[in-house]
Amino acid sequence: MSGSGVLPHSIFVTHSEGEMTLETSRGETTVELLSGADMIARFLKDEGVEYIYGYPGGAALHIYDALFRQDDVKHILVRHEQAATHAADGYARASGKPGTVLVTSGPGATNAVTGIATAYMDSIPMVVLCGQVASHLIGEDAFQETDIIGVTRPIVKHSFSIRHPAEIPMVLKKAYYLAASGRPGPVVVDIPKDMTAPTERYEYVYPKKVKLRSYNPVTRGHSGQIKKAVDLMLKARRPVFYTGGGIVTGRACEALTDLVCRLGYPITTTLMGIGAYPQSDRQSLGWLGMHGSYESNMAMHHADLIIAIGARFDDRVTNSTSKFCPTAKIVHVDIDPSSISKTVRADVPIVGPAGSVINEMISLVQDREPTNPEALTEWWQKIDGWREERRGKLYEPAEPGEPLKPEQVIEEICRVTRGEAYVTTDVGQHQMFAGQYYKFDKPNRFITSGGLGTMGFGFPAAMGVKQSYPDDDVICVTGEGSFQMMMQELSTCKQYGIGVKIVNLNNGSLGMVRQWQDLNYKSRHAHSYMESLPDFQKLIEAYGFTALRVESPEELEPALERAFADKNELVFLDIYVDPREHVYPMHVPLGSMRDMLLSKTERT
Amino acid sequence: MRHIISILLENEPGALSRVVGLFSQRNFNIESLNVAPTEDATLSRLTVTTVGDDRIVEQITKQLNKLIDVVKLVDLTEGNHIERELMLVKVKALGAQRDEVKRTADIFRAQVVDVAPGVYTVQIAGDAGKLDAFVQAMAPIGILEVARTGVSGIARGDKMLSL
Repeated sequence: MSGSGVLPHSIFVTHSEGEMTLETSRGETTVELLSGADMIARFLKDEGVEYIYGYPGGAALHIYDALFRQDDVKHILVRHEQAATHAADGYARASGKPGTVLVTSGPGATNAVTGIATAYMDSIPMVVLCGQVASHLIGEDAFQETDIIGVTRPIVKHSFSIRHPAEIPMVLKKAYYLAASGRPGPVVVDIPKDMTAPTERYEYVYPKKVKLRSYNPVTRGHSGQIKKAVDLMLKARRPVFYTGGGIVTGRACEALTDLVCRLGYPITTTLMGIGAYPQSDRQSLGWLGMHGSYESNMAMHHADLIIAIGARFDDRVTNSTSKFCPTAKIVHVDIDPSSISKTVRADVPIVGPAGSVINEMISLVQDREPTNPEALTEWWQKIDGWREERRGKLYEPAEPGEPLKPEQVIEEICRVTRGEAYVTTDVGQHQMFAGQYYKFDKPNRFITSGGLGTMGFGFPAAMGVKQSYPDDDVICVTGEGSFQMMMQELSTCKQYGIGVKIVNLNNGSLGMVRQWQDLNYKSRHAHSYMESLPDFQKLIEAYGFTALRVESPEELEPALERAFADKNELVFLDIYVDPREHVYPMHVPLGSMRDMLLSKTERT
Repeated sequence: MRHIISILLENEPGALSRVVGLFSQRNFNIESLNVAPTEDATLSRLTVTTVGDDRIVEQITKQLNKLIDVVKLVDLTEGNHIERELMLVKVKALGAQRDEVKRTADIFRAQVVDVAPGVYTVQIAGDAGKLDAFVQAMAPIGILEVARTGVSGIARGDKMLSL
């Protein structure tokens, strides 16, 4: 098993700092001897890791010392370990490369748990290195000891515990390979302190290849199934593409766009798949599900063929599965076989990576035309009708003197940034508004905790995004509830000069909770109202940043112009919005996809 | 329906907890579980019996296959297979009961493997149904303790679960 081939040659020990090499008796090639801690630092460099997000502590100190003695990998000191995982996650989502986290044992590791779970639910590649108490202390309830492998077991793709320093390069290689390949996910590596002791050195060779006998992610789909799917696609009368985060992580956006354009079919994406197909294009119906667009939910419900790629029929998409798309046949492409037919039975299941399957589909449709052009024309007329029905009715912008509507704030931000910014969000109403009213034409730009719904995600994630794209506008759209969960990271931004924009849609309450309480609990606002908000302007200024307060519609534009004047300056916009506003459309519980509330007074 | 799933598992620390944890995490049911080393020191064989409709069992096998430590698995109930379980039972055996216990054991091809004044310990192997029947037959006499291994199984013929 792991590392058993490179176990100890009982190599001698030196006490001097830095690296040493060992010459063979014949004076030939030298091998490097490194301590476990130095191996970690060196491995990260050899693996091409740019940033580690972390926080030091006793069990990780040998590793921190090794990082101190090198300049290749940059360590970003966060102010809470949860922020380290979210920042690494944001970095990964924007750049497509795995994020790296380093935390100490016990509380350091448990603080990281929420971020690991967030990455797991959204299939984000991440490697979390956790210090651990020395091996001989494990199980003795030692100081800062937690069984973090046990704690994180249900929320990781895999985890490793280092049992000998010589294993470190291979275990780390496996960790990065597992995190980034197949259906990506977080991998935890538990590193007992004695594994990184500076006094013990072993051969270090960067493992270029890795093989796991029990893990062979598929590289292409079954051709017979793909052919079957394409036949259905060409015969369809009311088709819809329903695509998800798998298109973005699978880097299949261009191929998808090509396929969808060739066929001329409508496409709706999940929250995680936003931007995989340009939202400004006519074929895009926006996103679907609980707060998805009216036309996308209606189209799904009435479709006769759903082509699902890299999406997982999540309950926030399907509403009641027993009433889901009653007339549709379902083609489901996913790299993870367990996602197929998990909640909704697929008629044509295809296990494979989105990119290669879509390319194979393209080659099959190349010289063929859909066989029901009239039906398709009719289908588009129906869809355009749905679009028309809701045009101009989505919300009422505020008149001068009235409180701003959150929707118009997002639309204005989209306009000022020309739809080109990276937008991270926290969780709640503001998240839905950001998804609905910022129009994304490119992938990896809308960065949100889709599966776990983690409040506190947005701000640290924005830090990670900004580090991948320092020359772009990176905006964290948040609310005063979510922001307060991770606002200590202002200090991190100050230390590293991370110039993100924070848009606080301040409605003085936990908006989505309040909305549900309005709808389901006769407006009994149990603990969804915050009477003791800080003066955000003073708070931000205490960290040396600029904060602007916006209370009326006419103040919005100048404030945004000021905020986006300098890409490298952190600016906090405290924007007071109407607390009575609800997010619509909204699925009616236990209904089908077409059962929606459209406003406080209308429903389908 | 009842399914018997046999798994070749990396002989790694924590591997078993990943399998068991998966069942509780995803609300799958475990009726019995049996795990032991194989002829290959790097592999354990784990056999789990579970009950569920086709959709659930499909999810169980897919989710198990997703675990990195699971090398290979088979649902034995999909084909002809041999199912065995071993049980040790302590039964009250006083006076006339001693003959009755021995006779019943013989009928089930079970063996008395330990004797104490007033107690017989009986060993019996077979499928789960046979063991249940034996427990039922012994119940009126007085069962004092039962230890079952959980089901183990293997496919009939030349079908094999191996690397």
